[in-house]
Amino acid sequence: MGTRIGADVGGTFTDIVIEMADGSFESTKVLTTHEGPEQGILEGISLVAAEHNVSMSDVEQIIHGTTLATNALIERRGAHTALVTTEGFRDVIETRTEGRFEQYDLNIVLPTPLIERKDRYVVPERINARGEVLIPFDEAAARAVIDQIADRGYEAVAVGFIHSYRNADHERRFRDLLVERLPDVGVSISSEVSPQMREFERFNTVCANAYVQPLMASYLLRLKAELKARGATCPLYLIHSGGGLVSVETAAAFPVRLIESGPAGGAIFAADLAARYGRKSVLSYDMGGTTAKIAIIEDYTPQTAKTFEVARTTRFKKGSGMPISIPVIEMIEIGAGGGSIASVDALGQIRIGPHSAGSEPGPAAYDLGGTEPTVTDANVELGRLHPSTFGAKDITLSPERAAAAIRSAVGEPLGMDDHLAAIGIAEVVDENMTNAARVHAVENGKDLHGFSMVAFGGGAPLHATRLMDKLGLDELFVPPGAGVGSAIGFLRAPFAYEAVKSFYTRTDQFDFVAVNQVLADLAIEAETFVRQGTDAELVVERQVSMRYKGQGWEIPVRLEAGAFDEFAADALAAVFTKAYEEFFGRAIDDLAIEAVSWSVRVASVQVQPQTLELIEPGKTISTTVRRPMFDPVSGTDVDAGVMHRDDMAPGDVTYGPGVIVESQTTTVLASHHQAVMQTDGTLLITRTKLIPQTNRDDA
Amino acid sequence: MTAARTTSEVHFQIMWNRLVSVLEEQALTLVRTAFSTSVREAGDLSAGVFDRQGRMVAQAVTGTPGHVNTMAAAVPHFINDIGPERIYEGDVYLTNDPWKGTGHLHDITVTTPIFVNGEVIGFFACTAHVVDIGGRGYGPDAREIYEEGFRIPIMKWIEQGRLNSDLVNLIRNNVREEDQVLGDIHGLAACNETGRRRLLEMLGEFDMTDLDELADFIFDRTSKATMSALAPVQKGVYRNEMEVDGYNETITLAVELTVADDGMHADFTGTSPTSSYGINVPIVYAQAYFTYGMLVALAPELPNNYASLLPFTVSAPAGVILNGEDPDPVSVRHVIGHFVTDLCLGAIAQALPDIVPAEGAGALWNFQASARGADPTEMLPPVELLMFNSGGTGARPSLDGLTATAFPSGVMTMSAEATEQIGPIVIWRKEIRENSGGAGKYRGGLGQVIEIGPADGYQFEFSAMFDRVDNPARGRAGGENGAPGKVYLDDGSPFATKGKQTIPADRRLIMELPGGGGFGDPAERDPEATANDKAQGYVT
Repeated sequence: MGTRIGADVGGTFTDIVIEMADGSFESTKVLTTHEGPEQGILEGISLVAAEHNVSMSDVEQIIHGTTLATNALIERRGAHTALVTTEGFRDVIETRTEGRFEQYDLNIVLPTPLIERKDRYVVPERINARGEVLIPFDEAAARAVIDQIADRGYEAVAVGFIHSYRNADHERRFRDLLVERLPDVGVSISSEVSPQMREFERFNTVCANAYVQPLMASYLLRLKAELKARGATCPLYLIHSGGGLVSVETAAAFPVRLIESGPAGGAIFAADLAARYGRKSVLSYDMGGTTAKIAIIEDYTPQTAKTFEVARTTRFKKGSGMPISIPVIEMIEIGAGGGSIASVDALGQIRIGPHSAGSEPGPAAYDLGGTEPTVTDANVELGRLHPSTFGAKDITLSPERAAAAIRSAVGEPLGMDDHLAAIGIAEVVDENMTNAARVHAVENGKDLHGFSMVAFGGGAPLHATRLMDKLGLDELFVPPGAGVGSAIGFLRAPFAYEAVKSFYTRTDQFDFVAVNQVLADLAIEAETFVRQGTDAELVVERQVSMRYKGQGWEIPVRLEAGAFDEFAADALAAVFTKAYEEFFGRAIDDLAIEAVSWSVRVASVQVQPQTLELIEPGKTISTTVRRPMFDPVSGTDVDAGVMHRDDMAPGDVTYGPGVIVESQTTTVLASHHQAVMQTDGTLLITRTKLIPQTNRDDA
Repeated sequence: MTAARTTSEVHFQIMWNRLVSVLEEQALTLVRTAFSTSVREAGDLSAGVFDRQGRMVAQAVTGTPGHVNTMAAAVPHFINDIGPERIYEGDVYLTNDPWKGTGHLHDITVTTPIFVNGEVIGFFACTAHVVDIGGRGYGPDAREIYEEGFRIPIMKWIEQGRLNSDLVNLIRNNVREEDQVLGDIHGLAACNETGRRRLLEMLGEFDMTDLDELADFIFDRTSKATMSALAPVQKGVYRNEMEVDGYNETITLAVELTVADDGMHADFTGTSPTSSYGINVPIVYAQAYFTYGMLVALAPELPNNYASLLPFTVSAPAGVILNGEDPDPVSVRHVIGHFVTDLCLGAIAQALPDIVPAEGAGALWNFQASARGADPTEMLPPVELLMFNSGGTGARPSLDGLTATAFPSGVMTMSAEATEQIGPIVIWRKEIRENSGGAGKYRGGLGQVIEIGPADGYQFEFSAMFDRVDNPARGRAGGENGAPGKVYLDDGSPFATKGKQTIPADRRLIMELPGGGGFGDPAERDPEATANDKAQGYVT
């Protein structure tokens, strides 16, 4: 494989990673240029290319992920967009679920719909749940709506009709009429963007796509042109929220699929490590400046979902954002990052986040004007971060500022000294992340027992050993390049596309002919997108979401290859029953089973990474550089060693308590941890003894 | 403060967080597996952990306030009725008694004792609404509790690990959809079991053998916070009355709210007498919606536990509708029960003029129908249909009301497409109802218009239970009333707002849901907001 580049444009930093022909990595971080994000990418690429003598013409592939679409939704910087929908359903995206996401707030403000009521138009037409026409498409009324769209100068149009996932004729007809009359207006139809049942989610998804499409299409074209101008002759691909690669053309048509592509890269990064070390059950833990993200990876594949929520307006609370129904790598995100601010609530409880000091003013310890205590400040107070080994350029940590901030906002209100208050902050944030991981596991029907953890992102290695202990996990991997994990993950992603469609049927009246047709159509759709990027051998995975009749939540069931016949229903019911038992512990007898949504994922076959064997601990490395650090295992301050990661060779082992420092992060070892350097530069951390458990019989 | 004391402070905080997280996990599993629409769409469930005396230590935050302190009061009944000497390791108890559980037979409460070293240290309890409980089926038409279904006194579901197969058999033979109902009960018991195991792990991790110290810590902290939240409220007696449509005659709800140094007491003297329909409210349920109203206004951040609920007490004379007693029918106690929040908020508004919103639509406009073949010879199978729909909420002192949003219930609506997949129904229209919000400096939330008809040769047997048709949501501080609701068929023929009726195969039912009341003088409304109302078509 030749030289390849991964570019991850985040809210604060743009990360560039170059994979050299020999498989080694070089990386850089530059500030994201919000005016024109391509400038940051180009600058970063020039920087790292020049430093390592890489010529643009030698680059074989550039893979890009970006938060641009997400930010456009959050900041409402999209196109002037109209929604056209079925008469009678003008307000679906405004009335939402009719619920309040926060039960105990009289002054709750619900998210404003992406497209206001005055920009929502209706056309008489109606299709029923079986796809049959109840009211024919009113062409004259449609033309009248198009006149209004022309008059009012909309830049983009979203079309969402009821049950269009079942029968797309009317949506297509409207699009044809619109394109004929207004060829320059972008149009997205829900049956193409997201043919899934549930109108609120589907309409919102098509609105989001139409809304960001002009912006994203022009950005991608600019980027492509600029790269070419700089001598890059290679193709540019985009990573999507499901963790696969798509062509620029697909990305420009369905930009809603680019949402959450950065975090998807992180999960792929962790999945790649899981594959290298043959770990079938892995918890991916990514912690940055404002949030922590946790994902489950099984059989080297991140878990996926068919719908998620972006742009949450209130404390990352479920229901306070916009639902988007597209395949996505599933993860839980909570307001727990290095910059998350600690406070004391009315109950005298320490609370962390969701407010973050961000990079400006940053944690108090950065001495850049921040006065509120953050998680980073607690890490400074506890000796885990230290001015002499903090990697960030241009920042000199101030332990005094950290202590003062902790004292005024937490210590004094609770009558604790600085140190104890810092312990409280660290413990609460660790507990929050632990609880999030547990809840996420329960939501996915998993028991974390026997899982290994992979920690990356600037903040995760500081907290990962504590999480590992709290979750009762036995192994923690801290790979190299933790600060640019997502961008490295981009380079490990296959070409992949998942096509999803709702089609309702029941095992007691199974319509196998129709199901075969749905699956065949989905396979063609997915393969067409993948073929735009690769000629490689392809692998096909098929899934259906099912539930007992009467339930509201479906669980995913993987389908064997091959077409269904008249005997398929029983087999399918058996597979569901087994999956249900795994999820919830017990199955239920004698109930009909409903199938709701079908999906086909087509992906290029990946070259399996070379498997690595763990190295036995060899030479023990110790250090004379020591400093006091709080050790949560003994509950006291201990004399901790300070190792440099670069000083450790494969096989070297070091014992806690201590820290292992590198430019982008610090790995903390408590007194019962050991770290062994592996051949690929990954640190493997385990416990030297069991977590002390009280034996209740002795008590 | 000594080092040990303060380290334990951090430990207690961590354990408190952990307990709530364990309960959230339990609630989540219940929502995912439940067969009842109201559980999965409305979070009509509850999960809590209790100390050895039966005092609630922590509870999951779920969708509806209805279970908040109804379940909190349930566990002492379990301890008492089972008898402390008959509580064994490996036991699981249950009941659906409306007066010892959560207010109607459809809610099943399951309680599991937690043992450490052979001694009870506390209990887990959870409650969920089940699909069916026998009797006449869910609706207001029973005249006595006996007609409303199968009543299970507090008894053992599992004794020392052995399932009570007689009880399983009784339930199997007394309810419709017995697989779903039994599936849900097993789910509740499994939930407690998961919680129990997680609690024991936690106690081990923190080197503890009981919950007592942690419970004291939580109660102490909560009690102080609750008292300081109540402190600014002017002491005194506040009264309010509200008229609602009721089943067949207007009902007056009355409250006399006393704010004292140590808490708040609501007395419902003056409220109309009990109804002969199942809309009576066990007082524990009225207490839940009173407490919810006070907490949401005064102390929204407080957790639900024994100490936060303790200061909120209620009383009512025998024979009033907010004190339905055995054997009064209580099946749809939520219809009147949900108005208790607005009733009590209206009283305390005199003390908290800048906090309390105007009245809202209050009661849900549920569409609950049995679809039956219009032509009996075709032998179409019956299908049960249920949709939750909400009108507008009252305007707030500094914000407009919420359009088509549930309050005080935490219900969510179901997708029209998903509903049409499940049953022979076509939802022709579900849209904002223009001009329905009460005018004011801040406008009431708008209601919605829903148009529904049967499909595929079916007709609907429909038990109407619509409120705020005769009695609109009142505005506050000079704000105008919200629009009252309306119900009729598409051919213009009238449709009664209460009682059993048929929607024929070729007709559509049109429901115009009430809007919320306005807040403040309409003349003071920000001109930009008025212009926006016009532009968006909220006001035409």
